[in-house]
Amino acid sequence: MGREAGKLSLILLMTPFLLWIGLLIILPQLGIGYVSLREKISYDEFSFGLKNYVDFISEPVYRNTLFRTAWMSILVTILALIVGFPVAYYIAKIARQKSRAALFLMCLIPLWVSDLVRAYGWIVLLRETGVFSSTLVWLGIINTPIEMLYNDITVVMGLVYTVVLFMIVPLTSTLQGMDDALLEAGYNLGGSRFTVFRRIIVPYAMPGIVSGCIITFMLTAGSYLTPVLLGGKNSSWFTEQIYNQFITRYNWEAGATFGVTLLVFTSFVVWLGLKLTGQSLATTVAKD
Amino acid sequence: MYDLSCDRVTKAFGKFVAVDQVSLDIPSGSFFSILGPSGCGKTTLMRMIAGFETPSGGDIRIKGESVLSLAPNRRNVKMVFQHLALFPMMNVGENIAYGLQCRGEKKADIPAKVRRVLERVGLPGVEEKQIGQLSGGQKQRIAIARCMVLEPDVLLLDEPLGALDLKLREHMKIELKQLQHQFETTFLYITHDQSEALVMSDRVAVMNAGRFEQIGTPRELYDDPVSGFVAGFVGDANILAGKVAEISGDEVLVNLDGGGGRIAARRSDASAVGDEVEVFVRPEAMRIGEAAARASLTGTVDSLLFNGANSRILVRALNDQLIEVADPGQSGSLAPGATVTLTFEARRARAFARRQG
Ligand SMILES: Nc1ncnc2c1ncn2[C@@H]1O[C@H](COP(=O)(O)OP(=O)(O)OP(=O)(O)O)[C@@H](O)[C@H]1O
Ligand SMILES: [Mg+2]
Repeated sequence: MGREAGKLSLILLMTPFLLWIGLLIILPQLGIGYVSLREKISYDEFSFGLKNYVDFISEPVYRNTLFRTAWMSILVTILALIVGFPVAYYIAKIARQKSRAALFLMCLIPLWVSDLVRAYGWIVLLRETGVFSSTLVWLGIINTPIEMLYNDITVVMGLVYTVVLFMIVPLTSTLQGMDDALLEAGYNLGGSRFTVFRRIIVPYAMPGIVSGCIITFMLTAGSYLTPVLLGGKNSSWFTEQIYNQFITRYNWEAGATFGVTLLVFTSFVVWLGLKLTGQSLATTVAKD
Repeated sequence: MYDLSCDRVTKAFGKFVAVDQVSLDIPSGSFFSILGPSGCGKTTLMRMIAGFETPSGGDIRIKGESVLSLAPNRRNVKMVFQHLALFPMMNVGENIAYGLQCRGEKKADIPAKVRRVLERVGLPGVEEKQIGQLSGGQKQRIAIARCMVLEPDVLLLDEPLGALDLKLREHMKIELKQLQHQFETTFLYITHDQSEALVMSDRVAVMNAGRFEQIGTPRELYDDPVSGFVAGFVGDANILAGKVAEISGDEVLVNLDGGGGRIAARRSDASAVGDEVEVFVRPEAMRIGEAAARASLTGTVDSLLFNGANSRILVRALNDQLIEVADPGQSGSLAPGATVTLTFEARRARAFARRQG
């Protein structure tokens, strides 16, 4: 009876999850994959093949946009790690028990405001007639107002701001599990600050670093609002291309191809990153 | 020349004084224990020696040199942590090599040193094992090996047996003592378990509320406690409360509270006639027999507790207090309910002024 009941509860527990995965993730992706393989011959007449992918590869603009998006996303991920690690370390190890929850909540505050409003907030600050520019003019530091929007630095900064939270959360929870005695043992046995950081803190935090980086990278590469609003026409973000194909050109086949390509390419980058750093999903993210 | 000396070391956290004017000198190669109840400041003292806390006052010297200005990673004292703190991301060999690498030892020499120290702790060939694959006792020995490979002046051990089960703890007690002999290193061992301290140590300091009450050999602490706290904390003792009725030489006669009778004990402090005192008598000092002229303690046998060589007879005194009497012979001639008289030599009972609380 025990086994029967176990089986039943397993089925009951798994059903919503499987439905969610199946209906909302796998099925649409299959649909996209299917559309991407369609070749339009004439109105309402299709054949199947890889023509859309060949078109994609042979068009340097698309290719370069994809690479550019990937590079910028990697840069954003690295910056988010550099910015997020000290914050996470402070929250997990240095802040007092009482202030920990408050600090954590403060990190979550940006999430209470929608992406769109946050991006407009940046615009208000950074545009030519914006707060920063006019303040600098008023202080006499610059003579004429300057445009701080629509360049790569602003886009990267805005993206780091948007995603850094998703780096901090997994890092904090991993670091919280670390016993202070490990650090003290590290010093006691003669380690310098740098040695303790490199040989004890970083390896211990590795699961958090890996999952934080994967989440951040995927979110960045797939983000749309921030690069488009802060980068304007020059942003050349890959998701913008997908939007253009689907909405502006009404070319669903090309749009679907781009979508699949983005998914495959970003997954490949994650895989490559894991390989290059000698990590595997099994030993980091899935550990314990 | 002492390996480790503390000179009136004090540590205050705000208004609270956790360690108060503690002085100790540990000769080279000895096993020194600090014994005290939970919260008395043992760990704080050890953390000051290791450099993780800065003393509010006093001086700490290692091999005669003051180490107060040295950072923790520059002091040649190594520490075995309560939960061992073995590095989970490294295997056994890497854990032991860590300290050698930090010291900048030549790469080629390290494996041989690791192998040698593992042999000395009786675990040859486990370099490749992960920490999670070791048993509790093995982890213990790896934690010691990780420190000993660095040949420290002093090894600090903070209740390292606390996390082990009883059986293993008994075993590790003896093993630790042997390891200390073998390495000929000075051990400073912290514990709240008096049997650990008595069995292993050359000298023991009994600590209470931030202060040392007494420093001595285990035998001195057991036979000649200087205070009621030490008498009660080290070894088993019956504590009989009463008032001083008469003083003659170094003996006092004490009327037990609640009409328990009158007993003779050794006068151990300045208590005067009429003062409230506590008399400490070890179970093995008690005999069942004839009453002495001036003092007698009578009662009825309450129960017989069998525990091999540690067997006890529980006697209910006239004031209803239960008194433990050692019964190594397990004679079995007594039955619960029998009326008995308890005797002991006055010099084996000690009267101290009653403690507060
Ligand atoms: N950082 C600190 N701030 C304030 N008080 C502290 C701090 N560290 C320790 N204390 C206090 O100092 C006292 C002694 O603590 P300590 O850890 O030295 O006790 P201990 O003898 O090791 O006890 P145990 O046997 O339970 O480990 C305790 O009352 C503790 O609350
Ligand atoms: Mg402690």
